[in-house]
Amino acid sequence: MNDPKQSDTAKDHKQVSIGDIGKNSEQLTTVKADDLMPLPGDVDFGDKDFEPLPDSTKEKYACILDDVNVLQIPMPKSRAEEEALVNKFLDGMRKLFDKQSNWTFLSMLETTMENCAKCNTCSDACHLFQASGHNEMYRPLFRSEIFRRIYKKYVKKEPFARWRSGDVELNWRTVARLGELAYRCNVCRRCAQTCPIGVDNALISREIRKIFSQEMGITVPELHERGSMLQLKVGSSTGMTKKAVIDAVEFIDEDFSEETGYKFKTPWDVKGADILLIHNAGEILSWPDNIAAFSIIFQAAGLSWTLSSDLAGYDNINYGVFYDDVQTARTALLHAQAAKNLGVKKIVFGECGHAHKALTVIADRILPPGLQIPRESCFPLLRDIVLSGKIKFDPERNNFPVTMHDPCNVTRLMGIIKPQRDIVHKLCPQFREMNPHGAHNYCCGGGSGFAVMSRSNITQWRCMVAGRKKFEQILNAFEDCRGPDVPKYVAAPCSNCKGQIRDLIAYYELREKEKLTYAGLVELIVNAMVDVKPGFIKWEDAM
Amino acid sequence: MHQLAYALTYVGIVIFVVGVVRRVVAYKNNPMHLRWELYPVAHEGGGRAAYGGGYLEEVDWWNKPRETSRVREFLVMFQEIFFIKALWEHNRFLWLVSFPFHLGLYLIIGLVMLTLFGAGALLAGMQADSGLMALVAGTSTIVAPIAFGLSLLGALGLLLRRLGDSELRKYSSFEHYFNLVLFIVVMGVALATWASVDRTLEMARGFIAGWVVLDFKAPDSSLFMLQAVLAVFTLAYIPFTHMSHFFMKYFLYHDIRWEDKPNVNAPEINKQIGEVLNYEPTWSASHIAIPGKKTWADIALFNPAAEPEEDNKTEK
Repeated sequence: MNDPKQSDTAKDHKQVSIGDIGKNSEQLTTVKADDLMPLPGDVDFGDKDFEPLPDSTKEKYACILDDVNVLQIPMPKSRAEEEALVNKFLDGMRKLFDKQSNWTFLSMLETTMENCAKCNTCSDACHLFQASGHNEMYRPLFRSEIFRRIYKKYVKKEPFARWRSGDVELNWRTVARLGELAYRCNVCRRCAQTCPIGVDNALISREIRKIFSQEMGITVPELHERGSMLQLKVGSSTGMTKKAVIDAVEFIDEDFSEETGYKFKTPWDVKGADILLIHNAGEILSWPDNIAAFSIIFQAAGLSWTLSSDLAGYDNINYGVFYDDVQTARTALLHAQAAKNLGVKKIVFGECGHAHKALTVIADRILPPGLQIPRESCFPLLRDIVLSGKIKFDPERNNFPVTMHDPCNVTRLMGIIKPQRDIVHKLCPQFREMNPHGAHNYCCGGGSGFAVMSRSNITQWRCMVAGRKKFEQILNAFEDCRGPDVPKYVAAPCSNCKGQIRDLIAYYELREKEKLTYAGLVELIVNAMVDVKPGFIKWEDAM
Repeated sequence: MHQLAYALTYVGIVIFVVGVVRRVVAYKNNPMHLRWELYPVAHEGGGRAAYGGGYLEEVDWWNKPRETSRVREFLVMFQEIFFIKALWEHNRFLWLVSFPFHLGLYLIIGLVMLTLFGAGALLAGMQADSGLMALVAGTSTIVAPIAFGLSLLGALGLLLRRLGDSELRKYSSFEHYFNLVLFIVVMGVALATWASVDRTLEMARGFIAGWVVLDFKAPDSSLFMLQAVLAVFTLAYIPFTHMSHFFMKYFLYHDIRWEDKPNVNAPEINKQIGEVLNYEPTWSASHIAIPGKKTWADIALFNPAAEPEEDNKTEK
């Protein structure tokens, strides 16, 4: 990077402008390994440039933004298809500003369209913008301003829009790139948090995703076909049917009862129980210790609780919140119906951030009166259990360095911050915060659906760019005990965040280089339980 | 000619009021929206707002009284409005020019209030040489140049920042520059008027008094008339630009960012849910545009992927 020519080239590929968005070029921009935000310390983590996408992908889908392809927009094959893409997009944009079609977010969207001062305050709040070495594509204002200009010129048809708001070229490339740009954002809303006016440029990402899904029928397969649609079909995006999930949990009960020396049984479909606990079903397959930990804690605390085997009643995910309001509503209704069928007093969510927000906050104004069963996070309940004295703990069992990732949906978007801290402060003698944390945390990089995507080079993007800020935070939190000699634990009490941190650890070989492991919060609780055999957390098996 | 200037000021004020009301009414006429709060929420009580926490931190929160603090909310809004705290925290360099600009505007609003009061007092028969009017004149003499000067410097700074910072320049349209130049001109003319013909704002009070009682006396200064027309033009123009954030910010904060009211059997919210679920969306994607399913309720209750119960009927 010392060669001025190279520097100029690097600068050019990062400094795209709104005027370039419709440009007839194969690829608008790129993120080079040399551009990336440096990581703390002098360890070489071996970041590499992205390999070009395969020709077969490029022929099939419009891969004209950068090095990655998330939204599979079919490559138009004719002028008519190009025009259709633009017209369909504009139809969708018009519907976003129609109260019948978009009552859900109309107020937020309109105010965000009209009041942004373009002061760029939001830019440095964005972990992607920072991590990419300030690549213009990731600036929150870049995406939102393209959208805003299209809206003002083609939908609102504001007089003198070109001079008032700035011009934008609208062609199929603009639409395709904007669609991909909506998936270069984790919708963590950290940018919105810093806006002096209250504008929400992150919302624009979600609204663009909605146009593609709700109007154009173009979606990310991991979120739609293999996500929300699969959940509506069989009950879970994991593909697990009712029988499969019950079998799996029974196996977990037996396995962990034997291993922990604590006999427990997970209850299913108990009518009139106080609590319906809904897990992210991904835990059952990937992190069964999390399921077991909940069952052990709830049984030890003597709670009246149950799981449900109703359609979607055993998987709290709601991928609709990432891209589609209708899918959000459908899934939320199924969750509430499962609770109603059992006549429980309340729904409690396991460690899954977006599920917390989807049913507690978003669905609060979707559920009709008969389905408004009270809903709460697991964290206050766990805090009360841990502090109640009902269960005996030995914090010495957790005497290793622990830090905690705050899932955006739980903290910034729901204000649940202290209960988790009350737990770790009581049970983890070497707990240390990331900086910043709580409501001002950084996204793990897997937010808004990315954690379940590993197609092509998406994992590389998630780790190298989207998760880079979190990676930096983790390394900084363990600044005093870096290296492979001291075992360290990242508590990530959210299934998607956990998946992302798992992939970060694997991608950067942090088990070997830093003896780093990860899991949720309940695993730490059970690890410290006196009635459970020591060693619930397994440092070797966590991958 | 001065009658035309008077007429323009009436038209300008009407346009301003209509512009503000139109935008607020349009916003208020929007249907209920989903909750989309963002923490920290300023009115959270029990010490929670300080660290960004909220009522969802409680077990069985729906059975517990909500602890909220309107005083804290007011204090946060006060800091945000008068000191632009978010800009101070997240964009300090811009704050250095934005804060004086806005502080100047707030002082001008105060000055307008004072001038209106003075005009009212004159109309009520108060002598211009009375002690109260002397206080009004004295205060105006001091505050006016500070207010105009701060806004002028702030607008100049904002313009230079926008021109000089390539990152800001990329996102600046003609309107941004026009707005800032307009403020520079308006504040410059106001400062010149103050310095050359109306140090105590006596002329301004006389003009407003005449304005109120429709007594269109020609002011002694064409510079003053220019100032009045420019000021009212700017006022009329603001609601039609992004500068409407000066009043819309209230809704962005109170109605969206901090709107965390839960629906615990709230009849008013349930009534609105009933209304919006009967709206008829026109989305075209195949998983939504289902024949025979028209309303949000119909569509949301329909499962486009439902399988026959076979697979899910297996015995437990």
